[in-house]
Amino acid sequence: MIGAGHAGLAVSHFLAQRSIDHVVIERGEVANTWRYERWDSLRLLTPNWQSRLPGVGYDGDDPDGFMTMPEVIAFIDGYAKHIEAPVRTHTTVSSVRPHGSGYEVVTDEGLWEAPTVVLATGGFNLANIPSVSGLMPPAVESLTPLQYRRPGLLPEGETLVVGASATGIQIAEEVHASGRQVTLAVGEHVRLPRVYRGKDIMWWLERTGVLDERWDEIDDLVRARNIPSPQLVGTPERRTLDLNALTSQGVRLVGRLAGIVEGKAQLSGSLRNLCNLADLKMTRLLDSIDEFVDQNVLDADVGSPERFAPTKVDDSPVLSLDLSRFSTVIWATGFRPDYSWLHARVLDRKGRLRHDAGMVTGAPGLYRVGLNMLRRRKSSFIHGAEDDARDITDHLAGYLGAGVRV
Amino acid sequence: MTTTDTPCDNGVNVQALLDARNALVDAPEAAQFTWKASTEWKGGTHSYSEVTEFFGLGGDQAHRTTFGFDADHPEVFASEDHGATPVEFVLVGLASCLTAGVAAVAQNRGIQLNSVKATIEGDMDILGILGGDPEVRNGFNDIKVVYDIDADASQEEIEALVAQSQKRSAVFDVITNPTNVTVEVN
Repeated sequence: MIGAGHAGLAVSHFLAQRSIDHVVIERGEVANTWRYERWDSLRLLTPNWQSRLPGVGYDGDDPDGFMTMPEVIAFIDGYAKHIEAPVRTHTTVSSVRPHGSGYEVVTDEGLWEAPTVVLATGGFNLANIPSVSGLMPPAVESLTPLQYRRPGLLPEGETLVVGASATGIQIAEEVHASGRQVTLAVGEHVRLPRVYRGKDIMWWLERTGVLDERWDEIDDLVRARNIPSPQLVGTPERRTLDLNALTSQGVRLVGRLAGIVEGKAQLSGSLRNLCNLADLKMTRLLDSIDEFVDQNVLDADVGSPERFAPTKVDDSPVLSLDLSRFSTVIWATGFRPDYSWLHARVLDRKGRLRHDAGMVTGAPGLYRVGLNMLRRRKSSFIHGAEDDARDITDHLAGYLGAGVRV
Repeated sequence: MTTTDTPCDNGVNVQALLDARNALVDAPEAAQFTWKASTEWKGGTHSYSEVTEFFGLGGDQAHRTTFGFDADHPEVFASEDHGATPVEFVLVGLASCLTAGVAAVAQNRGIQLNSVKATIEGDMDILGILGGDPEVRNGFNDIKVVYDIDADASQEEIEALVAQSQKRSAVFDVITNPTNVTVEVN
């Protein structure tokens, strides 16, 4: 196992259940990314009741709340101790390569040879930054969400946040609240209300079966694996944070950052359509929830159907921005996994791992867990680890049982 | 796929397009296309353009026949008006691209179209092209397309067709995003 986050630990649990000898190698500490690669105010996007790992659920007194980062770390750390996972912390993998009928794993604490390796190294190791960032005027301080901690550490002055998915809208809101004028460049996004008919949207997605949809039931898997994370925030007030909320606070919306010429940002004229697409898509989801309520007997009280105001977009949004006005730009333009240490011919031309629902293509005995839509829509969520980990462990046990040995 | 089990027929072979997408993901070099046109000055502001050949799927391709287009400017510009104004070609390009997209998306979603009509307007301050005000751009300030669609679908489904068509439209992208343009003289 490489990686002691929630996904790796869930696999460790099922391996131990089958008495399969294994070690969990972790470059830092358990739940390392949650400790060191997230901004201070971040809370989970999933409610506490949904924070569950194999054999362990949330037992606190705020099931509808959202865990802060220290709470997430404590939860995952507690899980590692509870299952007595064989974690080797502070052990950094520098290379994984095929070796004999298995794999050789080189670390700064020694070398392992294993017939099977499970990669649980997370999906958000590196920030995706568009190539146009290279044309930013050097006076503008450039940050990724992995570097951003809190508004107080930013220079004074205007901030440009590029990207309006979960990360971008949350950072835009808190930077704006710190007294810095914020402009938000909006590309394709997914709009969701935090609460619908009195229940958390995650409750509906779980109850209607959306989160359990499997990779082999989905028409367009490429699209499903690349859907941006929905515009959600976890707050004690269970607030909805959408573009209308940001606009009413004073954040300025502009189109997708399409180019930079001579210190001026060129903004796409597609803003209205992208907002319209997101509004239509949200309404289709709410329609399907209402239909579900009409056709099923629920064991919970739910409120009345509601619809939300369309996203407000200026009649003529600006198409150009003088970047010399800005002191900071934050690239909330997505993340990708780091495979720089993976020395096997398993990546496609865009550097993505080729895999069939977690079984790495062309590399028998090599597995991946914890990616968006790996086997189910819930794959990248904490509670989504259980079913994927069980499936992957079943396959891995079958592979070992077939007599493969180093 | 909804296409195989629904009787809807908008005349778009969506299965061929989906098959092409799957094939091209594995052979990305074949997805590189070059579109071509040639233009000859006829006199005044009148020019005549032809399109025949293009490059794609790894080789030279051609239309069934050569298509020709006269372009000119109207008489209010003191021209002879032998054809549509070049900026009107841009509007035609956008409307026809979006309309093709509406048909393809409708086919893919199993929606039968009965009629699709678009009107398109592009607002322009011609002080820009006349050089009369350096603050005014040459091109359109604003383009507005209005669709009237009769289809076997709800209003929301029709709106979603039009929205998805914009998302996948080449001309919509060309107009809403910057493109590098190189013009050389032999």
